[in-house]
Amino acid sequence: MSGTGRNVGTSGTGMSTGTVDRADPALAEPARWRLVGPLRAVVAAELTKIVTLRSTVWTLVPALAVTVGISALVALSFRTSLPRQPADRQAAFDPLFATFYGVTLGQLAVVVFGVLVVGAEYRSGTIRASLLAVPRRGLWYAGKVLAAALPLAVVGLVTALASFAVAQPVLGPYAVPSGTDEVSAAVVGAWLHLTLLGLFALGVAALLRSSVWALAVLLPVLLLGSQGLGNIPGLRTVTQYLPDQTTWVIMHLAGPQDDPRWLRDYGPWTGVGLLALWTAAALLGGYLTLRRRDA
Amino acid sequence: MPCRLRPVRPRPVRSGVHFRCGVGDFRGLFPPRSTPSLAAVIEVRELHKRYGRVVAVDRLSCTVRPGRVTGFLGPNGAGKSTTMRMLLGLDQPSGGEALIDGRPYRREVAPLRRVGALLESGAAHPGRSAYHHLLWLARSNRIPRSRITEVLELVGLAAVAGRRVGGFSLGMRQRLGIAAALLGDPPVLLFDEPVNGLDPEGIRWIRDLMRGLAAEGRTVLVSSHLMSEMALTADHLVVIDRGRLLADTGTRAFVEANSVGYVQVRTPEPERLRAVLTGAGIETRTGPDGAVHAYGVSAPRVGELVAAHQLTVHEIGARSASLEEAFMRLVEEATARRRTERESG
Repeated sequence: MSGTGRNVGTSGTGMSTGTVDRADPALAEPARWRLVGPLRAVVAAELTKIVTLRSTVWTLVPALAVTVGISALVALSFRTSLPRQPADRQAAFDPLFATFYGVTLGQLAVVVFGVLVVGAEYRSGTIRASLLAVPRRGLWYAGKVLAAALPLAVVGLVTALASFAVAQPVLGPYAVPSGTDEVSAAVVGAWLHLTLLGLFALGVAALLRSSVWALAVLLPVLLLGSQGLGNIPGLRTVTQYLPDQTTWVIMHLAGPQDDPRWLRDYGPWTGVGLLALWTAAALLGGYLTLRRRDA
Repeated sequence: MPCRLRPVRPRPVRSGVHFRCGVGDFRGLFPPRSTPSLAAVIEVRELHKRYGRVVAVDRLSCTVRPGRVTGFLGPNGAGKSTTMRMLLGLDQPSGGEALIDGRPYRREVAPLRRVGALLESGAAHPGRSAYHHLLWLARSNRIPRSRITEVLELVGLAAVAGRRVGGFSLGMRQRLGIAAALLGDPPVLLFDEPVNGLDPEGIRWIRDLMRGLAAEGRTVLVSSHLMSEMALTADHLVVIDRGRLLADTGTRAFVEANSVGYVQVRTPEPERLRAVLTGAGIETRTGPDGAVHAYGVSAPRVGELVAAHQLTVHEIGARSASLEEAFMRLVEEATARRRTERESG
């Protein structure tokens, strides 16, 4: 510890706590600053938190690596096994299934990110410093959500595009005919899925005020869903509405929708809407908890 | 307030040398409604906090004024931290009001330039460096980056600014928390148990810092359960126990009103002395170092008794009780009074 500051702060010796330029930026700006300016400042602060913490930065790397890696492996296995399959199986093959299969595992990293962004606040007590700096809880929470949404959206988009770009050459002759609406819908669906699911996890963590509890609730649900719980006929009427399941239709992960065995009760975009509803509900629950509880 | 972010009157632009102007220089920086220099900056009115059936703060009312260090005194669990957390909008009061500059902190948008606070252990994430902790704080309130280096130097953490907080000692963490409180150069400062974990040098440093801040005209509220420390630091005391106000008074007045003086006598024949004093109807006790303490009597009267009985003494002197003793007496009295009230009603 440097001793330079030891005797600083005693009065009358010409030393003090220094100063901040008090020319208030609000004076020069129009009235909308009242809302936009502080929000932008909070987003900048919350982004700084995310970037300056190794744990949060590094949870987003597996989202990309796992998704692309698994998708490539699945694509490779189809390419090698399909030539030996009967013709009807070959005809029923959906190249988009192989392209986005990795999302079912890569999403776990996104969920951990969303949970940590809020959970770390409670675990370390930073939540108190945060609310001292930004006492309006709605403002702080909005900044937090936006700051988490930015990296989630970027990583989600890169992951969706990379997954497609890597899996298609691997599939070779079985690749999708490019440029169809379903392909672009699937890419957009994968992007929205990763972004929204991360925010959903953030909302759950804010609701439960703990990383551990949030992960204890989220991981089993998400793993069970992707591990075939959705294929059990009786359960499927319910499990198809689990948050991570709803976007499977648009990503072509739910099986062929002209087959009654796999048919879901909603279409591709309705599914995305359902995930958006889940996310909105979780974020709202998190906000209400934050507003009501003592920090 | 019609608009929270824009003061009705423009604040003076301060350069780096203005703080040398001394007492009163900060008055122009207060929002207009608290411009009168002795107006209460922190106001607690009938403040109440209940956790289930436990009452943590019980209809507490007090005010804190600028230009002096106000000690917030009470034993552990008296409700000091809870009160501070309600002042800072972290806890919601069950009833009453806790205001800074006439409004609840929870409605502030970016308050770090007006209010700085240190709560237990600073609340910094162990995985983040000291500099980065202050960086996000500064960004949240649009405080210039240059200020981070300033406060790090001020608290003596400049050399370890890049190190992660997880490796910091309790004292270093406390200094980081103080740096965070000073980041916005605020006119109002709240410190919750700031000397916890500090070595004697650190304690003296923080005492000088708080007195310096108050001398510059700022409002400084410091909570502590260490009465002796408050005697050296605080000009004014707000004393609470079990969430209730026991005293709101100047430090010296508090000690004078609550201390019981005694006469200390050193003698090679303490048994005889005690017998003589007891015979004269004077209460005696033995001090920690073996000296005889006589209560309710003046030093000259003790001297006369000693002379009359031809006792050998080495020292006779009047002593006043310490703040520690004054406080314990006050708490005991309050507890006894409460017990009587309960039994009679």
